[in-house]
Amino acid sequence: MAGLVTSFGSGAMTNSIQEIDGAKTLFVIGANTTSAHPVIGQRMRRAARNGANLLVANAKEIELAWVADHFIQPKPGSDVVLLMGMCRYILEADLHDKQFLAERCEDIGEFRESLEAFTPEFVTETTGVPWDRICTVARIYATEKPAALFYAMGITQHSHGTDGVMAVANLALLTGNIGKPSSGVNPLRGQNNVQGACDMGALPNYYPGYQQVTNPAVREKFEQAWGIGAKSGNGSRPPVSNLSDKLGLTHTEIFDKIYEGQIKSLYLVGENPLLTEANANHVRQALEKLDFCVVQDLFISETAQYADVILPAASFAEKAGTFTNTERRVQRVRPAIPPRGESRADWQITSQIARKMGEPGFDFDDPSEIMAEIASVTPSYGGISYERIEKVGLQWPCLDENHPGTPYLHKDKFARPNGKAQLVPLTYKKSAEIADDEYPLILTTDRSLYHYHSATMTRRVEGLEKLDSNEWLKLSPADAARFGIEDGEWVEVHSRRGVVKVHAQVTDICPPGVCSMTFHFRESPTNEITNPALDPIAKIPETKVTAVRVEKIG
Amino acid sequence: MSQEAKSIRLTIDGQEITAEEGSSVLDAALANDIYIPHLCHHPDLKPVGACRLCGVEIDGRPMTTSCTTAVQEGMDVKTDSEKIHHARKTAMELLISDHHMDCLACAAANDCALLTDSAYLGIEPDHLVRLRPSSKGLPIDTSNPFFQFDPNKCVICGICVRTCDEIVGRGTLEFIDRGFGTTIGTFGNKSFMESTCESCGECVVRCPVGALAPKRPKFAAREVKTTCVYCGVGCGIYLGVAGDKIVDVRGDRERPTNEGSLCVKGRYGFNFVNHSDRLTKPLIKKNGEFVESEWDEALELVASKFADTKGDEFAALASAKCTNEENYLIQKFTRAVMQTNNVDHCARL
Ligand code: SF4
Ligand code: SF4
Ligand code: SF4
Ligand code: FES
Repeated sequence: MAGLVTSFGSGAMTNSIQEIDGAKTLFVIGANTTSAHPVIGQRMRRAARNGANLLVANAKEIELAWVADHFIQPKPGSDVVLLMGMCRYILEADLHDKQFLAERCEDIGEFRESLEAFTPEFVTETTGVPWDRICTVARIYATEKPAALFYAMGITQHSHGTDGVMAVANLALLTGNIGKPSSGVNPLRGQNNVQGACDMGALPNYYPGYQQVTNPAVREKFEQAWGIGAKSGNGSRPPVSNLSDKLGLTHTEIFDKIYEGQIKSLYLVGENPLLTEANANHVRQALEKLDFCVVQDLFISETAQYADVILPAASFAEKAGTFTNTERRVQRVRPAIPPRGESRADWQITSQIARKMGEPGFDFDDPSEIMAEIASVTPSYGGISYERIEKVGLQWPCLDENHPGTPYLHKDKFARPNGKAQLVPLTYKKSAEIADDEYPLILTTDRSLYHYHSATMTRRVEGLEKLDSNEWLKLSPADAARFGIEDGEWVEVHSRRGVVKVHAQVTDICPPGVCSMTFHFRESPTNEITNPALDPIAKIPETKVTAVRVEKIG
Repeated sequence: MSQEAKSIRLTIDGQEITAEEGSSVLDAALANDIYIPHLCHHPDLKPVGACRLCGVEIDGRPMTTSCTTAVQEGMDVKTDSEKIHHARKTAMELLISDHHMDCLACAAANDCALLTDSAYLGIEPDHLVRLRPSSKGLPIDTSNPFFQFDPNKCVICGICVRTCDEIVGRGTLEFIDRGFGTTIGTFGNKSFMESTCESCGECVVRCPVGALAPKRPKFAAREVKTTCVYCGVGCGIYLGVAGDKIVDVRGDRERPTNEGSLCVKGRYGFNFVNHSDRLTKPLIKKNGEFVESEWDEALELVASKFADTKGDEFAALASAKCTNEENYLIQKFTRAVMQTNNVDHCARL
């Protein structure tokens, strides 16, 4: 999200899902929407059927490409170049939105200069897409308005992912496709509550509502708020005065520090990093070194094997709370059945640990009380209460109890100090790994429609398992011929970090030089071989570009 | 986009009603609790006027299909007359003669448009069975794990074909000729499993009879409005519960997020909740083995170990699968109790 914060001042999907219906153009880049966000995928196909221009850019021929008006296939890792190329064409063809740039954006002089490096020859060479096709897509996006842009992990999971996000933002700003209904820049958030987890400050650099941990005023606010403690103690405890002023560690860094022996105890709630983290071997070695590891989950996951204590958690159907979806809508979760066995809701377990430690501020009887505390410390959730979100939810920012919520962002001004957006000058950065003689193919990860993340839930649903029961390495007919691989045979996929065994599937959806796997199957743990090279700002690993070699077995 | 729709006044069976401009006579009647039989009409889909059951008399013109006729100011509609009844009955008998009637064993029996409409027309169930003595004998397609298709029950209303096309945008289904006359099937006449079908079940929920029917027994005793647990779309759902088990899911039409639509995971992927692998007791590793423990013992152990590692020796990983309230508490616990900012969650997008 860091990229959007630089450009607009805040990072979240700018518009609402329903607004897809009103868009004249939909540009989907680096997102396999019909698999990862199926009901949005349905809506996009429906919009295309009803006459919207559907533009798709993806390294692979994803299903949405079949119904697209224009489909281009940039090489993995070349999205920044593609987007900057589009910007260059738009300026040269005088298709930019001059009024919007003048009124809503900072001076674009530097940005314009940075486009000089992106000549048609360079762009075509790097992306592998003919220049005239890039121009066509750019022209439609710039002129058939409102145009809405969607992206997902295909843009962010790179060592230069933050640049990718800013490139997307540049294109939207240049054409004035933001701050209006049915346009905007829409990062599709992967997991059901990843937006909410970020909003709630499950991040090493932010308190709830993206308030910085390094800001003394913010720290003081939370010391005040938390010191008093909701209902516990005598109601007049002294403020907590020991909130850390140091940035915390990110997910990937946490495992590094565990490995180096600096982190000794870990509290892991509902995650299975052994399947979902890049370079999972490293994660395994780190977990072995921990002094004390608590895992709280529904099932004994691959990761839970390394725990000292496993706490049984209740499922979403057994507890109350809220999820915030990709369009910033806070929605209710309600218990339908009692918790299985002695399992307990995660909010109860965390509270009970804190209380056992004698800590105040964790005396909650019902999640609605937690939401009341959230609203009191999180400005964007200030007006959210269970009563108000009874039926259809509310989209943040929702500042107070009379605020109607916000269907689309940046209407009158951007969330940057001067209210103006910034077009960021960018340069081309190669992916951390590129194909070479030893590892001649680029592996990019994907998701299946039928499974979810490490599949601890979906693989326990018989029918979903039947629809999609094992991992496939997808590769092009040309590469299959080149490496002597037959459709359906077992192969080994080697990278600089390890090897996995998997069935090969020869398919046209991968262009020559590119192969693809999901990461849902423990039998073929893709992330044992992916590249953990981090984007320096967003700290997202480059799981979309890993150099690999495919070998026949035996 | 949407301007205030104009309201139109018309008369149906002598009753004066108002309707929005652009709505059909059928919609207007149904919205005012005036029943007109209909089979190929579905409020989510464009009307096609295929089954002819909805025929009415408008300003003296007999047998106009009310689903394809837009309301007009001052219109005078008669939904029933000798002539209309006769025409409908003929249309109905034609449909039934092609429909395998085994209502007792049919998943749709409680909720079948064919039964409702024949009851309206006064066709006795016995007569129904006599009208339709034998099935077409076409094989039932059970290949999809979540639903089945019995072509013998299909009344060729085309709702499934139009749903897959207009709503899902997938276009898997089409009308095909199987020698016995028309029925529906997948493109290229493959089984559902081998077709381009993505198992969203949108066609199944709209099939007005039992031709496309879910495999699971769906008798939910009560429903709970909640939100799908899988992806960031956050579709609104109703969980159907029987006893202490979830037995059904349907899309929540009220929620702007999905307006009733679901994908295969949201509609059919809830069974993990009932899985026997679910952890039911805390486990503590003792001599390399996990042993069941009481909550109190487990919590004591966790609390005492955490108390020893306050500060930057501690880290917490919250989850994008947990609720907002839970993520909030985990970061609060990490910051206020453990005195470190080492908290993150899995997917950093
Ligand atoms: S289940 Fe969905 S994709 Fe499959 S045929 Fe029905 S509507 Fe189409
Ligand atoms: S399967 Fe159902 S929805 Fe489809 S045409 Fe037959 S009766 Fe209509
Ligand atoms: S039903 Fe499908 S698209 Fe909707 S939230 Fe669930 S997984 Fe996502
Ligand atoms: S409902 Fe009108 S013709 Fe079928």
